[in-house]
Amino acid sequence: MTDLDSFRSETRAWLEANCPPEMREPLRDDDDVVWGGRNATYKHPAQKSWLDAMASRGWTVPDWPAEYGGGGLSPGETKVLREEMARIAARNPLNSFGISMLGPALLKYGTEEQKLEHLPPIARGEIRWCQGYSEPNAGSDLAALATRADDAGDHFVINGQKVWTSYADKADWIFCLVRTDFTTKQGGISFLLFDMASPGVSTKPILLISGYSPFCETFFDDVRVPKKNLVGEINKGWDVAKYLLGHEREMISGMGLREGGGRTLGQAAADRLGTDDKGRLDAPVLRSEIALFEVRAQAFRAMSERFIDELKHGRAHPAQPSMMKYYGTELNKARHELAMSAGGSELLEWESEETSGGAPARAWLRTKANSIEGGTSEVQLNIVAKRILDLPSN
Amino acid sequence: MPLFLSEEQTMLRDAARDFVGEQAPVSHLRSLRDADDPTGFSRDLWRSFGEMGFNGILIPEDQGGLGLGAVAAGVVLEEVGRNLTPSPFLPTAIGAVTALNGGAAAHRERWFPAILSGEAVAALAIDEGPKHQPERTAMRAERSGNGFRLTGAKQFVAGGHVADLLIVAARTAGAPGEEDGITLFAVEKDAANLHADPRRLADSSLAARLRFDGVEVDADAVIGEVDGGAATLRRMLGHVRAGASSELLGVGGGAMDMTVSYLKERKQFGVRIGAFQALQHRAAHLYSEMEVARAATLKAQQMLDAGDAKADAAVSIAKAMTGMATTLAVQEGVQMHGGIGMTDEYDIGFYMKRARVLAEAFGDVGYHADRLAEGAGY
Ligand SMILES: Cc1cc2nc3c(=O)[nH]c(=O)nc-3n(C[C@H](O)[C@H](O)[C@H](O)COP(=O)(O)OP(=O)(O)OC[C@H]3O[C@@H](n4cnc5c(N)ncnc54)[C@H](O)[C@@H]3O)c2cc1C
Repeated sequence: MTDLDSFRSETRAWLEANCPPEMREPLRDDDDVVWGGRNATYKHPAQKSWLDAMASRGWTVPDWPAEYGGGGLSPGETKVLREEMARIAARNPLNSFGISMLGPALLKYGTEEQKLEHLPPIARGEIRWCQGYSEPNAGSDLAALATRADDAGDHFVINGQKVWTSYADKADWIFCLVRTDFTTKQGGISFLLFDMASPGVSTKPILLISGYSPFCETFFDDVRVPKKNLVGEINKGWDVAKYLLGHEREMISGMGLREGGGRTLGQAAADRLGTDDKGRLDAPVLRSEIALFEVRAQAFRAMSERFIDELKHGRAHPAQPSMMKYYGTELNKARHELAMSAGGSELLEWESEETSGGAPARAWLRTKANSIEGGTSEVQLNIVAKRILDLPSN
Repeated sequence: MPLFLSEEQTMLRDAARDFVGEQAPVSHLRSLRDADDPTGFSRDLWRSFGEMGFNGILIPEDQGGLGLGAVAAGVVLEEVGRNLTPSPFLPTAIGAVTALNGGAAAHRERWFPAILSGEAVAALAIDEGPKHQPERTAMRAERSGNGFRLTGAKQFVAGGHVADLLIVAARTAGAPGEEDGITLFAVEKDAANLHADPRRLADSSLAARLRFDGVEVDADAVIGEVDGGAATLRRMLGHVRAGASSELLGVGGGAMDMTVSYLKERKQFGVRIGAFQALQHRAAHLYSEMEVARAATLKAQQMLDAGDAKADAAVSIAKAMTGMATTLAVQEGVQMHGGIGMTDEYDIGFYMKRARVLAEAFGDVGYHADRLAEGAGY
């Protein structure tokens, strides 16, 4: 038996013993997702015990070093853990921007002190982070951001506004791009961390077309931030920002892998619309659309495995997350379009009990943001064209 | 006949554009939505539609209407679509009127005056499952006394909870899937044993699920012939689908116009985003799809008005094509707006919601494409 084989059998046994049955059920709604934080809410006690069990082994962040709260696993072991979790349909114990975005950036650019201060609370789900990048006039052109950080000796003073800040009203801390030099564009940006409870920070939720408001306008009015919270060098924040975006895009691309409640789109459609005498979905055009979609979805599954393997072994093209983000989010949007078609007029219901308050329609609308958040599809394609295909830019 | 609007039709369009744009712009829908309005539309506005004469577009002149046709109806519906106006116009002035035109004079005398004045509203009780499949109508209508007894369920009945008149397709003979044996009934509001359960849909409209637990109607509730309702149903659905196509064109056109304006306004990277060729090509592509959909719709409507035997297929082409083009318009609309397109405060999302409901109504793209394939023998 190789080391990986024995790791697999130990992992399997541990998961079997520690993953509560409720945490092997498919996610039904947003409340089933655990985000952690100072004001964490748990819909079910099993969410908390599953989080604590995984965090105790560092398996909320299996490949981070153990000294920062991680599991210290090799790429091979991390993959085994992921496979074994998938085998029993275990839910992700903790979802967080700290894990998928800030963590990797701190591991690369943070000081030892910053890593020790911030990474373990992320791993344990104690601090919830939000992302302060976009501004009203700096979306796709992110480097046009104008929120300013003025040097005031041992601290900076922040003034300005962010927009579309997901969960800013629920987050404990923010990683924020600020302008420390107005004479150059990318070269005048710095990357700061601060507590959302600092005086001068305020948020205003914005309602989405799905009827929920998970994002906000975020305002900074003379917010004081200690200089020790600067990540990387002053005016070198753009490098950190871009590195983090790569990880964000990698995370978002995972949407391409989702399946509706563990059942395939085609099965769900057949359950609702019936089958013909040969057992085929009794809606021929929809059937071919779903079948063609499944070709891409299954192929993307392979692509995703390959991408992560390449990434963990340092072989992926640095711009490959852009391709993955583009493809995965377009797939997820297509999946929801098809699911709505298969649901017909019944899934158009917005408030009914049968639809759990319009969950499918709201989820469908929410996916439209997938190709906008984390950089639009157009921006990803521009990056692929420029950085991978090396096409001329004028 | 040239495949563009006549002078008279253009005048009607201008009148409809001014009227609907002023009386019921998107903010009207928004305020009904915010008030959680239980009717689903404004009765005052419906009476104003009557005063404008719109409600009589398909009612013959000798019965007080304008005696116009599908093209004219489409002209009004496109403006309704462009403004996302909640209105019983499609089921009442197009659906019910077309059905009643194929039935007894008594029905017309009973309903046309109230439809013309905007007092009465009608709803179409056709669908029985999550998808539109009128051929498979299963609801039973059994002989009972001097009339019939209706038993079964209908769904996706827009305005079915407030309608004064329901046009109901039911089976007096034959099995689901057969044409013969379908009969159309005019069922009045408040019939005993009829239960309406209104459901709010994604676009804030209200559509009812209806339960008929042995609803007794007189023999004269039958529209047209007993067992022979399929032809009238087909004619009604032809007009309704053509009308829905026009409404979709309005929704798609409205979304496209908003988007093109935004491309000319929003600046990133120091230029207006409409200067990016990637977006220019997509906007131009969208324009092409919308133009093709518009031509298909007008063609189908002219064929309906000419009584062309192939009108039915042309209507399926129009409904499927406008479904595809408008879906593209709203998807591109949200995407090209970026983050702001995802906000409730901005109108583009309302267009996306309305487009999906309308694309589903009276047969979605897949239904009509399949119908065409079947009609063409493959
Ligand atoms: C649900 C949601 C959650 C979000 N969460 C966060 C968050 O937590 N933190 C945060 O900082 N931001 C967040 N965002 C913001 C997101 O990153 C921006 O919306 C995105 O980068 C686009 O910027 P914008 O909205 O200003 O659109 P714009 O940049 O104005 O884009 C408008 C359109 O123009 C296109 N376009 C722009 N430039 C080009 C070009 N060069 N070539 C071709 N097309 C172009 C875009 O692709 C888009 O279609 C979120 C957004 C959404 C929708």
